[in-house]
Amino acid sequence: MNDIQPVVEMTGITVEFSGVRVLDDVDLALYPGEVHALMGENGAGKSTLIGALTGTLPILEGEVRIEGEERMPIGVARSRAEGIATVFQETHLSPHLTVAENVMIGNEVRGAFGIDWKANRARAAEVLALLGLNDLDPRMPLSALTPAVKQLVAVARALVVEPRVLVLDEPTSSLDASEVRTLLRVVRGLRDRGVAILFVSHFIEQVFEVADRMTVLREGRLVGEYLAAELDRSDLISKMLGEDIEALKALRSERLAHHYSASGKPTLRASALGRRGTLDPTDIELSRGEVVGFAGLHGSGRTELARLMGGAERADSGEIWVDGVRVQLRSPGAALHQRIALSTEDLRGEGIIAGLTARENIVLALQAMRGWSRPLSRGEQGALIETYLEALHLSPSDIDRPVEELSGGTQQKILLARLLATRPHVLILDEPTRGVDIGAKLDIQRRVAQLAGEGVAVVFISSQLEEVVRLSDRIVVLKDREKIGELSNGPGVTVDTIVEMIAADLDGDLDGEPEE
Amino acid sequence: MSAHAHGPAEALKALVRRQYFWGIVAIALLLLVNLVKDPGYLAVSIGSSGNLVGNVIDILRAAAPVILIAVGMCLVVATGGIDLSVGSVMVVAGAVSMEFLSGAPDTPGSGLAALGLVVVVSAALGAVNGVLVSVVGLQPFISTLVIMLAGRGLAKVITGGQNTAATNETFRWIANGYVLGLPVVFLLALLLAVAMGLLVRRSALGLMLEAIGMDPKAARLAGVNRRALLFTVYILGGVLAGFAGVFATASVMTVDVSRTGYQLELDAILAVVIGGTSLAGGKFNITGAVVGAILIATLDKTVVFLGVSSSATPAFKAVVIVVLCLLQSERVRRAFRQRRAAAARTPEREALAA
Repeated sequence: MNDIQPVVEMTGITVEFSGVRVLDDVDLALYPGEVHALMGENGAGKSTLIGALTGTLPILEGEVRIEGEERMPIGVARSRAEGIATVFQETHLSPHLTVAENVMIGNEVRGAFGIDWKANRARAAEVLALLGLNDLDPRMPLSALTPAVKQLVAVARALVVEPRVLVLDEPTSSLDASEVRTLLRVVRGLRDRGVAILFVSHFIEQVFEVADRMTVLREGRLVGEYLAAELDRSDLISKMLGEDIEALKALRSERLAHHYSASGKPTLRASALGRRGTLDPTDIELSRGEVVGFAGLHGSGRTELARLMGGAERADSGEIWVDGVRVQLRSPGAALHQRIALSTEDLRGEGIIAGLTARENIVLALQAMRGWSRPLSRGEQGALIETYLEALHLSPSDIDRPVEELSGGTQQKILLARLLATRPHVLILDEPTRGVDIGAKLDIQRRVAQLAGEGVAVVFISSQLEEVVRLSDRIVVLKDREKIGELSNGPGVTVDTIVEMIAADLDGDLDGEPEE
Repeated sequence: MSAHAHGPAEALKALVRRQYFWGIVAIALLLLVNLVKDPGYLAVSIGSSGNLVGNVIDILRAAAPVILIAVGMCLVVATGGIDLSVGSVMVVAGAVSMEFLSGAPDTPGSGLAALGLVVVVSAALGAVNGVLVSVVGLQPFISTLVIMLAGRGLAKVITGGQNTAATNETFRWIANGYVLGLPVVFLLALLLAVAMGLLVRRSALGLMLEAIGMDPKAARLAGVNRRALLFTVYILGGVLAGFAGVFATASVMTVDVSRTGYQLELDAILAVVIGGTSLAGGKFNITGAVVGAILIATLDKTVVFLGVSSSATPAFKAVVIVVLCLLQSERVRRAFRQRRAAAARTPEREALAA
């Protein structure tokens, strides 16, 4: 297959955002008549690489060749002119326009008197027919369609220009099993017609179903390019997740020595907790003093479960008990009153408040619990700040600066301090170490171990499985929106144990909905 | 609000860095222009009854209602919202109090009762805004636009479409009286502004408002109760507008249903912006809003004093405000700095080339 010339050849691609290298020396080659999957966890650089290919992000170093010819700089217009088309998620279409308008927008057929609507509808119908949508009336408003058909309309929009390269970024995230099958059939059909397809999905089974070749990225770097037939699931997962630095291994043996088996009444118990479309009903128990790791890939349900437990999202099934009392978690505020504190994976969007100072960020949650009319006195604030300066190795000079000026690691610590100030009984940390330097990582993980020692029930989520294995007493494994098992951590448990567990679970179908 | 200054020089430096500093400069410039036209403009004399009399005193008196609505607007803007209804709440407050007083005996008791009635009615209007924004989830612009339109209609219904007049000495004293030689309205407005400043900065209200204004999602995750805060803020804005309505009507003891408070919401928004509070929400500055309100009053008086024809008045006001906003804009200031730096470099380069 390799003697065929690639349509697109990207070499040594480097992209920086305000001085931070988000993509470092990455290669990617797309061949005609092949589905190429781009794999990696959140923040691995997949979207950045797609942005570089489609011209929406400037490339600092490296080159893009199309049919062997250098095409630099590749802007949006040039990328489109070269026949690279992107399928947007259906949520990016315009619900108030008709199907035909959505398909043809930007490529309208024009007559002597402006846009020729009749010709446009005909052309749209033609492209839709390629996708098996012969019966769809192009005059229907998009909002009347199901998500799956909308997604196919999005594919149709990209196909209007008869692209040589088609980029599909998470095209299946809002589809159910039969809809996924339809879409994958269409993808295979396009491949057979010679289109080079770049496919991004966090559903591993779908990727193995459709991909011929895979490129794996991790933390902005290229891990490698593989033929799908020569790679098994566990290889792929461990390549995506990577390994951690030696320096943290000491903590692992320390944690194993203090291994804690929960007994007595659970601090938090949830039964059949779920929400349609994000998490199948799940049972879970957390006890005083234990660290429970949630392991799974991005989109497996690990974050979704954490959000339901922390009140960030309202569950539509199941019940939660705290210390044996049934509770309703209508909001994160309500959860905080039950002494359940959640830090979400979106540090800048849902964590720290960039314009406020570190001090204000730290006192915010405790102050919100007390209500605005009972302000913390200067003395109380001082004592609080003092405690966390020391516990989390924060620099005193940072305390009165806006947190937007501080590093990612410091911001994570400040968020942790905010939650600890409320003296939680259950602490849920979703990716507390993402984008954090090694020193801050160690500080945060040590603190987590210490908190468990003080009797807090901690949930620890990380896409770095090493971290989960290092810190957890118990590991809950999730895949495709459901819990597939639990492991009691011990010397025999390694990253591979979890990876194999995820890879071995084949009973889930393509989108993870349980089959009836 | 407190600057961490250790000496007068540093206090001055801190003041210069504040955005409302340019508001103070503008006030001084306008007064200077007036002084050029009439060297006696700034003179303040002691009137027959021992009160201070003069143009400056008139400005302060005129600023009073704007100060109140600007302070309320400042808090609403901090949450990322806007309150277009303040002018209409003013006219409703005026209509309610005049209608009540026209049928009540001229006693201090009925004056106070009218004031109480104003508080209740304006708080109710603010509460409607609050419910529309926080519970129903409408955009603040639309919610308060509804009250802005409905409010003036309500005032006309209350007075039967008439410009109602009344007599009540207590009420009149609020607008025309003097304490320590200064107009009562200005002192009351200042007192309320200081009280609001203390309320938001001594409690945690200010922090909470900034949090929801800067990042509603993150504030929610931190357990901040956005709904209750928005509700509180719109009620506060309503009550302050009610007082402003009393100030505006009590001086002539007549409510003019079509003109009282008319378009004052725009003055309030301008005052807030001049004071350095971004309409995007977040950090707010009550002192700045007060400075902005005084600037707008000064501008209004200057326009009249200079004899700018009434048809050109809005344009004149607009020019002054645009210039001020340009001076405050970080981008414009950076452009000026760069030009100055470039100008400094050019001779060097020419010297090198030669």
